[in-house]
Amino acid sequence: MQLRINGKATDVSANQTLLDLITLKNLNQSAIVVEHNRTIVPAPEWPTIVLQPDDAVEILTFVGGG
Amino acid sequence: MQNDVFKIGGQELTSRLFLGTGKYGSNKIIPQVVEASGAQVVTVALRRVDPGQPVENVAAYVPKHCVLMPNTSGARNAEEAIRIARLAKAAGCGNWIKIEVIADNRYLLPDNYETIKATEVLAAEGFVVLPYMSPDLAAAKHMAAAGAAAIMPLGAPIGSNRGLKTKELIKILIEEIALPIIVDAGIGKPSEAAEAMEIGASAVLVNTAVAIANDPVAMAGAFGLAVSAGRTAFLAGPGAVQKYASASSPLTGFLQD
Repeated sequence: MQLRINGKATDVSANQTLLDLITLKNLNQSAIVVEHNRTIVPAPEWPTIVLQPDDAVEILTFVGGG
Repeated sequence: MQNDVFKIGGQELTSRLFLGTGKYGSNKIIPQVVEASGAQVVTVALRRVDPGQPVENVAAYVPKHCVLMPNTSGARNAEEAIRIARLAKAAGCGNWIKIEVIADNRYLLPDNYETIKATEVLAAEGFVVLPYMSPDLAAAKHMAAAGAAAIMPLGAPIGSNRGLKTKELIKILIEEIALPIIVDAGIGKPSEAAEAMEIGASAVLVNTAVAIANDPVAMAGAFGLAVSAGRTAFLAGPGAVQKYASASSPLTGFLQD
């Protein structure tokens, strides 16, 4: 199925949770904040969100800025 | 001057230099730069990760004793700024937020109207809100009424290193607004930071001028000294400016008398 991850159409296999996706992408879990369909999802809830086709996932981190 | 502290959002601060973390060649230099500057408030930005790349969180390079102040850069209106602020808070770096709403790509001048709207919503949610703004008294009053913890007028466009071009307008804010006034953006040299402090600014925020210096650590130290010197001069009370000379040495007792 297809999701939008950080604005880009991305193919992922079905029945994955947010945690599965983050693990698959090998992202440093302590360094990111995640939004699922415009709702912020705290890390403890990542395993409870099962991704659906066309879901929008935003994964962000802090970068240098003024 | 030992007890010259000021408070923002209940936090006592002794350093009046806020530091940005953008534009450094490597994040690894950030701890040294912050240390050399003496800064206690450090800004960061929030951006999408590249899912294919390792994630490097710049906040991990900021010394633990510092207050992290995420900005809402990238926001073009109040709604986007509010969304970024909530995400930044969820990322676990406290409740300070620098509101930055910019729809002008050439000069990066902030939209005061959208900034006021975002200030109102975020202050009501318990954020410590520091709005970046074009120095305008009416807008600053609206931001104060909306619950801002400080007001951050620009000295010149972001990253321009042009100095305190808006000095007269900032002086009006210092005089008329009861909140701390923090000059943000445009300061290119330590002398300009000192100038902002001499006119009574509560603090200055510097990023580009330090980050793009040949030696950022040394420049951070220079800014720290300049901010302290300017603050001390303000507290000492500069003398009046006069048109004509006023002799420093006595005008009596000359040898030829």
